[in-house]
Amino acid sequence: MTTDRSRARSAGRQRDGAARTAPSGARHARARWRAQAAAWGFLAPVVLYLAAFYAYPLYRNIDLSIRSYTLASFITGDAPFAGFANYISIFHSSTFAPALINTTIFVFVSIAFQFAIGLALAVFFYRSFPLSGTLRALFLIPWLLPLLVSASTWSWMLNSDSGIVNSFLQAVGAAPIDWLTSPRWSLVAVLIANIWIGIPFNLVIMYSGLQSIPADIFEAASIDGANGWQRFWRITFPLLRPVSAITLLLGFIYTLKVFDIIWIMTRGGPATASTTLAIWSYQLGFGSLLPDFSSAAAVGNVLIIIAVIFALVYIRARNRLETT
Amino acid sequence: MTVQVNLRARAALLALTAATALAACSSSSSTNASAGGASASSASGGTYTLWDPYPQYNASSAWWKAVAACGTQAGVTIKHTAYDTTALTTQALLAGQQGKSPDILLVDNPVVSTLASAGILTTTAQNGLSTGSIAQNILGAGVIDGKTYGVPIGANTLALYYNPTILKAAGVNPASITSWATLTAALAKVKAIGKKGITFSGINTEEGSFQFLPWFWGAGANLTNLNSPQAVAALTLWTTWLKDGYAPNSVIQDTQTTSWQEFQTGDYAFGENGTWQKASAATMGAKVIPIPAENGGAAPVPTGGEFFTIPVQKDTSTYATSAKIVSCLSSGSSIVGTDNTLNYIAPTKAGQQAQVATDASLQSWVNAVGVAKARTGDNLGTKYPVISQQLWTAVQKAESGAATPAAALAAAQSAAQAGINK
Repeated sequence: MTTDRSRARSAGRQRDGAARTAPSGARHARARWRAQAAAWGFLAPVVLYLAAFYAYPLYRNIDLSIRSYTLASFITGDAPFAGFANYISIFHSSTFAPALINTTIFVFVSIAFQFAIGLALAVFFYRSFPLSGTLRALFLIPWLLPLLVSASTWSWMLNSDSGIVNSFLQAVGAAPIDWLTSPRWSLVAVLIANIWIGIPFNLVIMYSGLQSIPADIFEAASIDGANGWQRFWRITFPLLRPVSAITLLLGFIYTLKVFDIIWIMTRGGPATASTTLAIWSYQLGFGSLLPDFSSAAAVGNVLIIIAVIFALVYIRARNRLETT
Repeated sequence: MTVQVNLRARAALLALTAATALAACSSSSSTNASAGGASASSASGGTYTLWDPYPQYNASSAWWKAVAACGTQAGVTIKHTAYDTTALTTQALLAGQQGKSPDILLVDNPVVSTLASAGILTTTAQNGLSTGSIAQNILGAGVIDGKTYGVPIGANTLALYYNPTILKAAGVNPASITSWATLTAALAKVKAIGKKGITFSGINTEEGSFQFLPWFWGAGANLTNLNSPQAVAALTLWTTWLKDGYAPNSVIQDTQTTSWQEFQTGDYAFGENGTWQKASAATMGAKVIPIPAENGGAAPVPTGGEFFTIPVQKDTSTYATSAKIVSCLSSGSSIVGTDNTLNYIAPTKAGQQAQVATDASLQSWVNAVGVAKARTGDNLGTKYPVISQQLWTAVQKAESGAATPAAALAAAQSAAQAGINK
C-alpha cells in the first residue's frame, strides 16, 4: 500500500514532467521509450523471481488439487481433470472437522497468549532498570533456538514417564498428566510450546512500537494525574494499535502454518487429537508410503485461502483506521 | 502450504542435484578422454548413479567401498548418493517424473510396489536380474501380479528382546513364554517386583503398524479385514497392557529408537525391536526370543530391509550394466559382507549359513526371518499403505483411550475400504 502511494506519486511526477517538456517532440518520445525500457529492465528480475518462485508453484499447487493424481499419472503427467472432487472428498473426510477445530483453537489461543504476554513484557521493559537489557536478551532465546531443538526439548520435558514436568507435578502432590499421549492434553502441550516460542517475536515488535510513542504524551498524562493503569489503556494501547494489528496478522499467518513443533512433539496424534490442517496436508502428501498429492494440495490451498481472508480483513481494518 | 513449500524446495533441490550431476558427468568424461588408455573402461561405461537410504554411511565405510568395487568390476564409476528413508520415496517419484531416475535405486521393501505401480521400475524380465536362490518370503515384497521388480539386499525383522537379570529376579523362565497368556503372566510377575514390563513403538507412522503386525498376524487376523475378532483381540492385548501398567504410556509416541532407549535403561523386562539393535543388545546383555502368537508358537513377523531396483531409463542399454552391479552386490560372498555391515540377514540359504557359521547368535534371527511375511505381500501391493495408515490410526485411538479397540478398528476398516476404492 505504501507502494501504491509511491507509484501514484511517481506517476504524477511523470505527468508533470511530460507537461513541461512537451514541445521537444520526437526526441522526447524516444527518451520516454528508453525510460520505459529501462523501467522494465529494472522490473524484470523481480517479475521473473515472482513468477518462478511464487506464481508457478501456486499454479502447480492449484493444478495438483483439481486433478486426480495417482502415482502413475504423477509420473506421466496426464492426470484427469477432477474439478472440485478432491475438495469435496477432504471436506467429507473424518479428519477434516477435527483438523479445522484444532487449527482454530491452536491459532487463536496461541495468538491471544503470545500477544498478551509479549505486550505485558514490552511494557515491563519499557522502563529501563539495571540489567533490563540482559534480561530482555534472555527472553529472546526461544527465538534464537532452532525449532527442532526447542520442540525436542519440550517433548522430553513433557514425556509421561520420565519428563521433568510430571516429576514436578508429582513432587507437589498433583497427579501426572499424559501431556503428549492423551487425546485431551496433546493439543494443550503443543500450544504451550508454541506460545513459548512466539513470545519473543511479540515482545520485540511491541517493544519497538512502544519506543515510537513520544515520551511527552506520558509526561502530560501523569501531570494530569493519570495512574499507570489509565496510562496503559488510554495512551499505550490505542497508540500501539497499528503495530498490534500487523503483529497479530503476522502471528496469525505464522501460526496457521506451524508444522515442525507439532510434528516433532506429537505427529498430530494421538490419532487426530493434535492434527492441524498443516499437519494433515503433510500426512496426506508425505506421511504414508503412498503419497496422495492431490488431496494434500487441496488442504494446502484451503490453508492459503484462510490466510488470504484474514489478510483482507486486516487491510480493511487498517483502511478504516486510516480514514478515521 | 507445507506441501507447496516442500514440493517447491524439493523440485529446486532436484534441479540443483541434477545440474551438478550433469556437470560432474561431463567433467569426469572429459578428464577420462584426456587421460587416454588407462581409463578406457570408464570411457565406455561412464558414470552410473546409485541412491540408497543409508545416510549413516559415508565414503570411507565398508558399504561405500563395496559399491565402488562392484562399479569398477563392471567397468564404470558409481556416483553414490544417500537419502533419508522417507525422503528417498519422494525423491525417487520426483526423479521418475522428470525422467532422471538413478540407474540403481535401493528402497525400503514396502515402497517397491508403490514405485512399481507408478511405472518407474523395470521387471527382472526386462533388466535380466536373477532371483534364483532368494527365499520366497523375502522376495515377496518385490513381486506384484507375478512380476518381480527387484532383489532384496537382505532382511531384518522384529523379535522380543528380554533383560535376563529382570526375568531372573521375577522368577520368569524365558523359554516358558510361548503365547500371549504366558507373556502377560510374565509381565505381571515383573510388575510385582517393581520393574517395568514391555516397551514397543505404537507411534502414528509406518513404524507403529510395523510393530503391531506381529501381534495382529499372531492372532490370525488379515490385513484385508481390519475389524475381525482376531484383530480386535490383538489390539485389546496392547491396550490392556497399557491399562494395567505393563507397558508405559509413552509407547503411543515412541519410535523404535526411543522405545529402544527405554529398554536400554535396564528397567524394562521386554522390548519389541529389530535385528538392527542386536549389537547394542549384546553390550547390555539382552537376549532374544521370537514374538509369541496368541495360542502358541512364533508369530509371523513383517520383513524389513531394502530392495535393489533398476528404474526405467530412456536408454535401455544401461540395464545390463546396472544388473551386473546389482548382482555383484547382492549375490555370492559379497552379500554376506554387505549384510554383516548393514546388520541384515542374507536373503539366500547359503548366505544365511555363512553368517551363522561366523556368528552363532544370529541363528534366532535367521529363524525369525524364515517365518517373516512381506507387508505388501498377499497381493496387497499399493493397498498396503492405505490399510497401514488406518491401522496405525486405530492403534493410536485405542492406546490413548479415544475409542475402544473394536470401535477404532471398525472405523479403520471402513476408512481403508473407502481409501482403496477411491
